[in-house]
Amino acid sequence: MERLEIEEKVKNFLTEDIEIDEEKIVPEASLKDDLGIDSLDFVDIVVIVEKVFGFKIKQEEMKGISTLKQFCDYIEAKLK
Amino acid sequence: MRRVVISGMGIWSCLGTGVDEVKDSLYTGRSGIGIEEERLSYGFQSPLTGLVPRPELKGLIDRHLRRGLSEEAEYAYMASRQALEAAGLDQQWLDAHEVGCIFGNDSSAKPVIETDRIMQEKRDTALLGQSYIFQSMNSTVNMNMCTIFRLKGINFTVSAACASGSHSIGLAYLFIKNGLQDVILCGGAQETNLYSMASFDAIGAFSKRVDDPQRASRPFDKDRDGLVPSGGAAALVLEDYEHARARGAHILAEVIGYGFSSNGTPVISQPSEDGCLRAMRRALDDAGLCPGDIDYVNAHATGTVQGDRCEALALDTLFRGEHAWISSTKGLTGHECWMAGASELVYSLIMMKNGFVAPNANLSEPDEAASRLKLAARTVDTPLDVILSNSFGFGGTNCAIIIKNYQ
Repeated sequence: MERLEIEEKVKNFLTEDIEIDEEKIVPEASLKDDLGIDSLDFVDIVVIVEKVFGFKIKQEEMKGISTLKQFCDYIEAKLK
Repeated sequence: MRRVVISGMGIWSCLGTGVDEVKDSLYTGRSGIGIEEERLSYGFQSPLTGLVPRPELKGLIDRHLRRGLSEEAEYAYMASRQALEAAGLDQQWLDAHEVGCIFGNDSSAKPVIETDRIMQEKRDTALLGQSYIFQSMNSTVNMNMCTIFRLKGINFTVSAACASGSHSIGLAYLFIKNGLQDVILCGGAQETNLYSMASFDAIGAFSKRVDDPQRASRPFDKDRDGLVPSGGAAALVLEDYEHARARGAHILAEVIGYGFSSNGTPVISQPSEDGCLRAMRRALDDAGLCPGDIDYVNAHATGTVQGDRCEALALDTLFRGEHAWISSTKGLTGHECWMAGASELVYSLIMMKNGFVAPNANLSEPDEAASRLKLAARTVDTPLDVILSNSFGFGGTNCAIIIKNYQ
């Protein structure tokens, strides 16, 4: 999957399912502070990522990921 | 002991999604019952059900407050919004005061079943998401209402079968009467999805009069053949009388009696004339009234052969020769189960405030036990000062609430 496609799909579920304002969705946005994603949102994001990208996020792999760009990097790496 | 008044009400049911619409349905005898075809393919014996619209909550409350709402909690939110608004309690006021919440609810089947479906497929709880835990507990309504409205008082759920809604009002009344709370949001909620009603359909309790759905629910009628399941939510704001007066609230009515009993019989589905009688007598004693003081009885009668018969015999014992009109609104609504006690108190309040008795719909000819009752087969225009509302549930849990008009 191309990087652009990954970013588009992430943006789609963040706006549609997590209901985050589209203008907030920029690469440098902090998942927690800027996008307001809390620990329970993340439980849903695990389900969504499994449906959209076909793999299950492992909690330990999320350490150090705090921005949207880092999150997309992580997905891109998992899909390679 | 303090006096307890009702300062707000809200309703979301098959008769309408607000007090005015429901008033029109009750007055004109408009039924909310229809057919859900999917029930037949799912394997139900009867596809009859109350048709309750799902509210659109996106835009009303944000996702973080919405994600734990089960179907019945969505209904409860809509009814609670109405009740709080009618009581003049906005979020600023709720934030500055201690308000309790006691709701009646006795199941939340759909999220439980969906959880199992996902588990069977995925075999991994990490793929369930976070909503199901908050949706699948009986206390889903209370948990969500107290979170959404940021309530700080008493917070628990009453599960008492088809008397859940009325016991929630009874308990709220006791908390306020005894000085433990000033204001409590109470009521009842009932899911309508087919998962929640399959096991009830299993015991053959539902009417099979599918050729004429709006005539299927026939409380007290000699040709009744079972109940029609229904649902939604009803909410009431109960308040200490002095507290309501001090803040200039618009008082609708006073709760003056709460009666309860358990049948004490060995069959879980068997109604009891004696159990009904003891609950009504206890409510009358609590209110310091005799049967002659009651202007209208909102009967529990669901349209089952045994249940209606027991209640009719009990009502005949208490009200023979008295002036009270009697009707079961379930002819229009079907049986709203866990919410019924609360919704029927809202229906009763609407009748009280508008001076009419809603018809006991589909009463062509009462059966023998009901033939001596003063049943309102059609709408009756009459002032109502004191109303008694009955709720009787499986396992012999019975409840009667008495309200008095406030002008």
